[in-house]
Amino acid sequence: MTVGLILLIVLAIALSGYVLGRRRSLRMVGGDIRKLHSLPGFYGQSVLIFAAVPALLVMLGWMLLQPPLVDRHVARLITEADIAEGSSRDLVMSDVRRIADGLDQMMAAENLSEDALQALDAGDSDIRAKLGNVGIALGSDVRSAVFEAAKVYRDSAATGRTLMTLAVIGLALTGAVFGYLRIAPEYRARNVAETSVKALLILSSFVAVLTTVGIVLSLLFESLHFFRLYPAREFFFNLTWNPQFRGGSDLGIFPLLWGTLYVSFVALVFAVPVGLMAAIYLAEYASKPVRAVAKPLIEILAGIPTIVYGLFALITIGPLLRDYFAQPLGLGASSSSVMTAGLVMGIMLIPFVSSLSDDVINAVPQAVRDGSYGLGATQSETIRQVILPAALPGIVGAILLAASRAIGETMIVVMGAGAAAKLSLNPFEAMTTITVKIVSQLTGDTEFASPETLVAFALGLSLFVVTLGLNVIALYVVRKYREQYE
Amino acid sequence: MSMPQTTGPQTGHRASKSLLEVDAGTRRRNRAEARFRSYGIAAIGVAVLALVLLVTSVLSNGLGAFRQTFVIMDITLAADTLDPSGTGDVDAMKRVSTIGYGKLLKTALIADLESRGIPTEGMSEKEIAGLLSKEAPAQLRNMVLADPSLIGQTIRFKTYATGRVDGYFKGRVSMESAERDSNVTPAQLELADRMRAKGLMSVGFNWGFLFGPDASELRPEAAGLGIAILGSAYMMILVLVLALPIGVAASIYLEEFAPQNRWTDLIEVNIANLAAVPSIVFGILGLALFINFMGLPQSAPVVGALVLTLMTLPTIIIATRASLKSVPPSIRSAALGVGASKMQTVFHHVLPLAMPGILTGTIIGLAQALGETAPLLLIGMVAFVRDFPSAPPEGFMDPAAALPVQVYNWTQRADPAFVERASGAIIVLLAFLLTMNIVAIVLRRRFERRW
Amino acid sequence: MMKDNRIEERTVDMDMTETKISARNVQVYYGETHAIRDVDVDILDKTVTAFIGPSGCGKSTFLRCLNRMNDTIPICRVEGTILLDGEDIYDKRVDPVQLRARVGMVFQKPNPFPKSIYDNVAYGPRIHGLARSKAELDDIVEKSLRRAALWSEAKDRLDQPGTGLSGGQQQRLCIARAVATEPEVLLMDEPCSALDPIATAQVEELIDELRRDYSVVIVTHSMQQAARVSQKTAFFHLGSLVEFGETGEIFTNPQDPRTESYITGRIG
Repeated sequence: MTVGLILLIVLAIALSGYVLGRRRSLRMVGGDIRKLHSLPGFYGQSVLIFAAVPALLVMLGWMLLQPPLVDRHVARLITEADIAEGSSRDLVMSDVRRIADGLDQMMAAENLSEDALQALDAGDSDIRAKLGNVGIALGSDVRSAVFEAAKVYRDSAATGRTLMTLAVIGLALTGAVFGYLRIAPEYRARNVAETSVKALLILSSFVAVLTTVGIVLSLLFESLHFFRLYPAREFFFNLTWNPQFRGGSDLGIFPLLWGTLYVSFVALVFAVPVGLMAAIYLAEYASKPVRAVAKPLIEILAGIPTIVYGLFALITIGPLLRDYFAQPLGLGASSSSVMTAGLVMGIMLIPFVSSLSDDVINAVPQAVRDGSYGLGATQSETIRQVILPAALPGIVGAILLAASRAIGETMIVVMGAGAAAKLSLNPFEAMTTITVKIVSQLTGDTEFASPETLVAFALGLSLFVVTLGLNVIALYVVRKYREQYE
Repeated sequence: MSMPQTTGPQTGHRASKSLLEVDAGTRRRNRAEARFRSYGIAAIGVAVLALVLLVTSVLSNGLGAFRQTFVIMDITLAADTLDPSGTGDVDAMKRVSTIGYGKLLKTALIADLESRGIPTEGMSEKEIAGLLSKEAPAQLRNMVLADPSLIGQTIRFKTYATGRVDGYFKGRVSMESAERDSNVTPAQLELADRMRAKGLMSVGFNWGFLFGPDASELRPEAAGLGIAILGSAYMMILVLVLALPIGVAASIYLEEFAPQNRWTDLIEVNIANLAAVPSIVFGILGLALFINFMGLPQSAPVVGALVLTLMTLPTIIIATRASLKSVPPSIRSAALGVGASKMQTVFHHVLPLAMPGILTGTIIGLAQALGETAPLLLIGMVAFVRDFPSAPPEGFMDPAAALPVQVYNWTQRADPAFVERASGAIIVLLAFLLTMNIVAIVLRRRFERRW
Repeated sequence: MMKDNRIEERTVDMDMTETKISARNVQVYYGETHAIRDVDVDILDKTVTAFIGPSGCGKSTFLRCLNRMNDTIPICRVEGTILLDGEDIYDKRVDPVQLRARVGMVFQKPNPFPKSIYDNVAYGPRIHGLARSKAELDDIVEKSLRRAALWSEAKDRLDQPGTGLSGGQQQRLCIARAVATEPEVLLMDEPCSALDPIATAQVEELIDELRRDYSVVIVTHSMQQAARVSQKTAFFHLGSLVEFGETGEIFTNPQDPRTESYITGRIG
């Protein structure tokens, strides 16, 4: 039974529980709801909660736990002898999983019966070709033990699924009956219902925390995995980035970090003055109609997806910079360059800097402005000598947030900066960034367990740590700044 | 009223100068003022210019994708080549491959040219057939297999012209570039001109771009956005279904129930930080958690939706909390005062009043999610998908593309015709975003409440 | 009208050379609202003039006209003539920046800049280029702080933020900041309303001191304060100037029934 179907059944049980529970409560008092502790709907809700919540929790837990358990069970079937030269248990297990997934399709394509499948042996029939026909491409011929393991895997998974179906539906029914029988006029159904709803609310607020935990754990585990295969010292201090398919790669983060910082620097050098001046003009000078037009126009820039900026860099800014600056100046012939990505990223960051700065400038109280004007200061003197220094912490916070954005930005650099890991000062040369390499190392057809792939997680971890650090500082600075004027 | 010019007694400090003359110092300061002001105008100018340049670039490159060159020809579907068994049995007819249909198309096109008196001297048959898209035989074959009764008839068949000819009519390909191009010859372009003059070729609106599936590297003319749009739509539905309830529930707890303690403080800091985590990190999470650990399929909308949900949640939570906060406490006191429970107060009074703000925030969050690319690359949505996903809910597990990823995909291909496709796809994407944002703005205008 | 005649008389009586600011027929509009109507008033040099009246009567608005602070409010429009030393301050050729250097202002709420005490006081002299050297600037700062009776409290913490001072100290800092540019007229908009009685007394004392060098105009809603510090008092009501004269005269022998009602506490 598919997950969706089980969900629907549980839902149906819960809903009928609601209707029946509601009706039962009314019947108990002969339709006089004044005799009930709570409104009839709450009695319905209490039944619904008893029916749905335990069942769904069990289902969720089961779905999370079953795959690793089955994995462990099947992995025991594979002996050292079944692992080919140069392969690993992990790789064999991933083959087992893929074969198991493909078996059903293969059975359908070949009109095989269940018995025929069990009789099938990898030794005497060409499993690899048959699986290939249904879209499961395997790197080598299937060993007998691997194929047997795959069959066990498939069986265990199916058994697990059946058990889960029974357990979940059974639990839903039991819960519904239990809830139904508890109904009595003095039963505090509202309190039960509201406590459960509150628990649900609390649970929802944990999702954000769980996301962070998930990010940290997945990055940490895979990075540790990587550092077991590739020394951490090399990763942080090797000055070359040169992944090889056949091992012996140089995977130093340094050139990528350099490219990332260089592109971000160019972006900020462009975006900060423009964004800040735009914010100042809009907050202090612009007349109402100008503000009403210019502010949304600039904010449109913030709503444009980064892929659009990427394309803009690729087809417009890149060739433009190459033809009018890089080539005439003899600085390079590549349309993807630090400058291309930096400029376009700078455009993307303008609204970011300007709207945050606008906020902090507006947070400076009017009284301070009046004080300055009252002394005979001009508007620009007031802005430069009073407002900006007062707003400085907030603006610094905004710039840090923008920097964190720039460092983590992916599509613009993927399409605008290039793929060559280089340590160069020439801004018209193609360089690459951490994010570009995360994408390229994880989207190729490389083996998942190789250091060349796993390095992406170590890169991701570095990226996460850097941006998190910037964000925490920025948010702290901005918060402190806000408090100053509250 | 004119008063005698009075100099007033010296007050002991600076001698008063006439107000009516601007002194040198003030003049200098006013110049600095004007300069500073002009920097501001320049900054606005730069930002607006960048926007204009961006929009112009996308429009000028992409509008062409909505128009396409078609060949409209008469073709006789000869029974002896298409149905050699003569039984009309579809399975038997499937034996005839696209190569067979290709030959049929070639002879039909040459015959058509001849009958309309369009000269083709000096051109090989291959060159003439090369005007048709490589997609044409497959199109014809699908058409015949879907309706075997067509066999034996002469039908009017409309198919794509090859990408280069299309590019020629759109100004992307010229006679000079054709000289150097191994995929097209100047003679072919001249023939295309003649065919267009005689109505054998025409340029029209390209529905296939909006609804068709993607096509391979060599057939840019046939590449469409259908699967990408559907995939994005599936993801948006799932994101809405997942993110809205969770986001609203979390906000209600944090805003209305949570005690002020370290734990809720942690949650708040955490949400603020999550909003600023680079999107690619969410992609890594999706890959490690949903695909590697939980074993969900690659390229599936459900995985994309889960990742985008986690990304959208902070946006929705922040908007929802702001919206809840703006409901005045007097409403809560009023409800509590008539004996409603806290929960009833929130769900009967506060939440409905906050709803417009919540929906606006949700739409804006969805718009962000719709344009997000990087995390989807990591969970395998770059794969080349030719088959439409089935209807939900199973379709959520089928491989699909997504609009922004399709754009990226097309920019990675060699044929310059794909640049036009990518820009066209951007126009579609921006049109969706614009619609969503307008809905959000209208919602806000319509229901905005001033307390 | 009777009121107008009386003012004419007084104007004639006064020594022309002592008139610092002379306002005639001043009207102020906020968008459609006519906030100030037909105000004629003469402000004398080396005198404290108090503007009193119930809240919303326009006294603050009128005060802000005297150094064109209302220019910073886009919807505000001023008509009529205001002369400073005989020159129309609303003349097109007048730069408000130059005007405000001569007509300083202290606000209702102490509004020190988020800078050090020293920088707060030095701000005006710096932007107007009044000091040729650091020593001169130090001098001005010290003199101004002394004049604002803040020197003894602040001299050891000149580099600390002005926002760290107590309310009364902050207000005296703002006064020091205003006198540092050596204005000829000092406008004070309810300078004591945010202060406690002790700080108020200090500021009032200060105002009396300042009278030696400046023409001071003070807006206050406290009649006792007006009586204590001012020599001339103007009573505003509903945007009009009702009565203007010697402070003692106004408080003991008001001519207009509205003034009398206000002073005896019937309009508030």
